[in-house]
Amino acid sequence: MYFPISGAQISPIYLAVVGFIIGILGGFFGVGGSFIAGPALRLVGLDWNFAVGTDLAHIVGKSVVAARRHRALGNVDLKLGFIMALGTIAGAEAGAQLIQLLKRAGQVNLVISIVSIVVYLSISIFMIWESRKTLKSRQGKRTGSKRDHSAIRHFARRIQRLRLFPLVSLPESGIKSISIWVILLVAFVGGFFSGFLGGGAGYIRMPSLVYVLGIPTHLAVGTDLFEIVISASYGTFSHAVKGNVDILIALVMNTGAAIGAQIGAISTQYFTGPKIRLAFVPLPVIGAAIVIYTLLTVHKL
Amino acid sequence: MKKETTKTLRAFALELAIYALLVVAYFFLVLHLLGGWLHGLESNHRYLYAGTAILLIIGQAVVLESVTTFLLRRLRGRSE
Repeated sequence: MYFPISGAQISPIYLAVVGFIIGILGGFFGVGGSFIAGPALRLVGLDWNFAVGTDLAHIVGKSVVAARRHRALGNVDLKLGFIMALGTIAGAEAGAQLIQLLKRAGQVNLVISIVSIVVYLSISIFMIWESRKTLKSRQGKRTGSKRDHSAIRHFARRIQRLRLFPLVSLPESGIKSISIWVILLVAFVGGFFSGFLGGGAGYIRMPSLVYVLGIPTHLAVGTDLFEIVISASYGTFSHAVKGNVDILIALVMNTGAAIGAQIGAISTQYFTGPKIRLAFVPLPVIGAAIVIYTLLTVHKL
Repeated sequence: MKKETTKTLRAFALELAIYALLVVAYFFLVLHLLGGWLHGLESNHRYLYAGTAILLIIGQAVVLESVTTFLLRRLRGRSE
């Protein structure tokens, strides 16, 4: 099928299947799936700037569905989500501006490839270490469906004790008080990677919510999806104005994602927090492997 | 329990098959027709294109969610 906006020739079946897989992963892990979608679009020859922008558009649709599902399951902390939106939007714009700078310098494909490999691998290494450590501990084994434990929970507790005013309470997440600046910083970093590497940056935000802010994993997944809707919508608009979005590709991917997201969201009920985090580990590795493969084989770099 | 799982899996498989047919029709009817118009919008009115893109993707997602939920409910109802 020919997509006139990007000038690409891509099989719609390929796009729908990629969307379906990402939909399942997104619904289950609360991530946009850009670590798979971006490289998968790049694999069929789309330039990185189009892969990033188009992936963001597809993620908006998919995350709306998954976030609605999680909201129904009581997994979304709306207060936290709205506070984070401010930092997320600022970060997303900063990331999109950096892409424009790199586009002008003619280095966009190479730089994003290298940064994404480093980020994806770092997240995987850290999460495998933490979730295995938690599962080995007695508390990790005793974890109930929504009560959560982390091997580095003392770090989140220390962050929560910071008296950097103004402070807010997040009763839905079980946090008595936390500095608004910490929340905004976590959101800004997530938004920045969303604008720069594409997607909703759930691969950064979901672990940050758990390890830095101390949000239980199930709530982190749902709130992250809510946040992804905001960041990806803003990122889509920003990238579309800059000529980086092929909405037709996104619409085709979304046909597969819609059904996958429902399956993923329903499945979270059957797993505990540390197990969800451990299962998350291979995903960024797969993303990194696709980027490395693309770096070595696609001639458009 | 095993019977229940088989029933759910069968409903999912049937849903996927019906959904795939609908999606193929959608590719050829809607997206093919929209292509030229969206391309023109993207070339000449970027802000309008950006807004339309977000509305289209959210609108499609909500409609598709309703379709999949409806299909799943009907198929599960029938298999019970």
